[in-house]
Amino acid sequence: MSKYPAPPGDIRLASLRKGQPAHVTGVDEGAVATTLPAGELERRMIEMGLVEGARIEILHEGFPGRDPIAVRVNEHTVAMRRAEARAIRVAPV
Amino acid sequence: MSVLEASVLEADAEPPRIALVGNPNCGKTALFNALTGSRQKVANYPGVTVERKVGHFLSPGGRRVQVIDLPGTYSLRARSPDEEVTRDVVLGRFAHEDSPDVLVCVADATNLRLNLRLVIELKRLGRPIVLALNMMDVADKRGCRIDAAALSAALGVPVVPTVAVRRGGIRGLLDQLDRTMAVAHADAPALCGWSEPSSHDLRAYHQEVEAILARSLRDAGAPPLMTRRVDALLLHPLFGLGFLFLVLFLMFQAVFAWAEAPMSLIDGAITALNGAVAAALPDGALRSLLTDGIIAGVGSVVIFLPQILVLFFFIQVLEDTGYLARAAFLLDRLMGGVGLHGRAFIPLLSSFACAVPGIMAARTIENRADRLATIMIAPLMTCSARLPVYTLLIAAFVPDQRVLGGMVGLPGLVMFALYTIGILSALTVAFVLKRTVFKGAREPLLMELPAYRVPSPRNVAIGLLERARIFLARAGTIIFSIMVVLWFLASFPGAPEGATDPAIHYSLAGMLGHALAPLLAPIGFNWQIAIALVPGIAAREVAVAALGTVYALSETGGALESSLAGLLAADWGLPTALAMLAWYVFAPQCVSTLAVVKRETNSWFWMAAMIAYMALLAYAAAFVTFRVASALLGG
Repeated sequence: MSKYPAPPGDIRLASLRKGQPAHVTGVDEGAVATTLPAGELERRMIEMGLVEGARIEILHEGFPGRDPIAVRVNEHTVAMRRAEARAIRVAPV
Repeated sequence: MSVLEASVLEADAEPPRIALVGNPNCGKTALFNALTGSRQKVANYPGVTVERKVGHFLSPGGRRVQVIDLPGTYSLRARSPDEEVTRDVVLGRFAHEDSPDVLVCVADATNLRLNLRLVIELKRLGRPIVLALNMMDVADKRGCRIDAAALSAALGVPVVPTVAVRRGGIRGLLDQLDRTMAVAHADAPALCGWSEPSSHDLRAYHQEVEAILARSLRDAGAPPLMTRRVDALLLHPLFGLGFLFLVLFLMFQAVFAWAEAPMSLIDGAITALNGAVAAALPDGALRSLLTDGIIAGVGSVVIFLPQILVLFFFIQVLEDTGYLARAAFLLDRLMGGVGLHGRAFIPLLSSFACAVPGIMAARTIENRADRLATIMIAPLMTCSARLPVYTLLIAAFVPDQRVLGGMVGLPGLVMFALYTIGILSALTVAFVLKRTVFKGAREPLLMELPAYRVPSPRNVAIGLLERARIFLARAGTIIFSIMVVLWFLASFPGAPEGATDPAIHYSLAGMLGHALAPLLAPIGFNWQIAIALVPGIAAREVAVAALGTVYALSETGGALESSLAGLLAADWGLPTALAMLAWYVFAPQCVSTLAVVKRETNSWFWMAAMIAYMALLAYAAAFVTFRVASALLGG
């Protein structure tokens, strides 16, 4: 349904290198184990600006296990865990 | 129509109501303060356990306007109890209260893309809207240029640029509100139905925002590079955590150091007032009620006002700078080890001053299980009311020696240990709760890290004033009534003729204490302690005053503590003192906390569960401490 086709080799925000700019190509909450009702995580992410076309970049990584991550999303910064960052499909630019 | 009739009509007409809505961190509260100044209060909705911030102002057009400050949200699809308030007020879902006449959407001009999405959602409701384009000064500095006229045309709502922290653009906003209210009164459009937007709708809103920005955003400006550089340090795994602990350390130092002088002032004032009342009234029940009951009782709580204000000063400044969100980020993984959300950090931190505001701060946690777990452990954080008890017992039983090569005093070390035991047991209880009662995956973390900002002294001052007002109102109502009841329990029936023991011995509280004594004997408590624990239920620190009464002392304040310490040292064994300290780490105490737990969880069950688990822990801890200490000391 996205007008930003996923590149070959499905890359997720969770595995993006710190400092590597990218844009969001899709939100796929199926990749995340959650107790939330279906569609809820996807909607929350969209509400935080994580929507197809958003420019993103991992700015900072937490501790321990480089988790959570601080992600630049267009003009603002969102903190999230790597577990949920698996739901965000990205294309590095 | 006479002037009198006109003013009666004016008073009869409902004043227009406006509500401030916006994302968190958009400067909404600063705008609320700029509009209302100190003409604001926190009120309760009748019948529901919800608080709202209400103020009023006089518009240039002569209208007396009521303003509601709503909790920040990214969407009307409320996820936390805080956000539910926003949704229900905006949609007019509260009984006896219509939807506000005008919605003032507050948007951070430096982050329009995210902020406008909520505006689009609100616009669908069909209510009159005014958009306050806030933080224009920061936007200008970053070279972000917005064409307000084009934005207004594209959005279809009036747009007013503001700089709320410096009260800039307020006049323009007021004028616009007057114009909008005039029209809104002429033909107020009905509230359109609202249903939860689907992910498809949300994407459509974003596309709408992109189209609007394409027409009105001339230059997006530079990203906040300063914030990034600071974050590179403050979110650094090692340096960042070190800095966080340094901040916390300084905060606790300040809570004790800065509050000392005002606390002794308050103490002096209470003693003086007590003396004056005692001198003015004849000896009798009324004098006893006023001095022993009300002034001493309420005074013993009011004395914590300075500590609570210092703590909230720090929390407010840290929040306004944007650092609290970083603290939640830094601690998310560590707190996740016991299953807590990073956001639980703020309620738990507040609980060091007092569990009541701490438990109320848990409202920002979205998930009910996470929120309940946080509420249940909040009272294990050592609140400032435990301090007088700790201070008294430490002064009586812990020798004032230097340890660790003369670097640290032993009393300070014991105090530190008591705090640490509280924190560790809170984490343990959370760990157990999250693996049993509140099972399930953790709520996802999706939290904005706002750009750093210099807090405005005015906003900090208004926030602190509000805190002081709430605290004193509580002391004047709940605590006041409890003190009267306790005074009654401790005073009636009076001592018989020729009694040798202090009067409290013969009172209802004394009987209760004697009845409890056999139950408390296994943990080393004598009947005097048992009696003191009864009034201690009202507020922990009252136990000190009660011990003073039992040991028939007449001094108050510092004199009481120092002379009582000597008496206790002679009367109690060290195992009893240690058991009492252990008891106080866990004791389910202070009715105010229990009342707020009932209110915030909206359930008697969780309040009862808290009493049960904490009483059990307190008894077990005191038992083990007493037995182990007795065995080791050969007692």
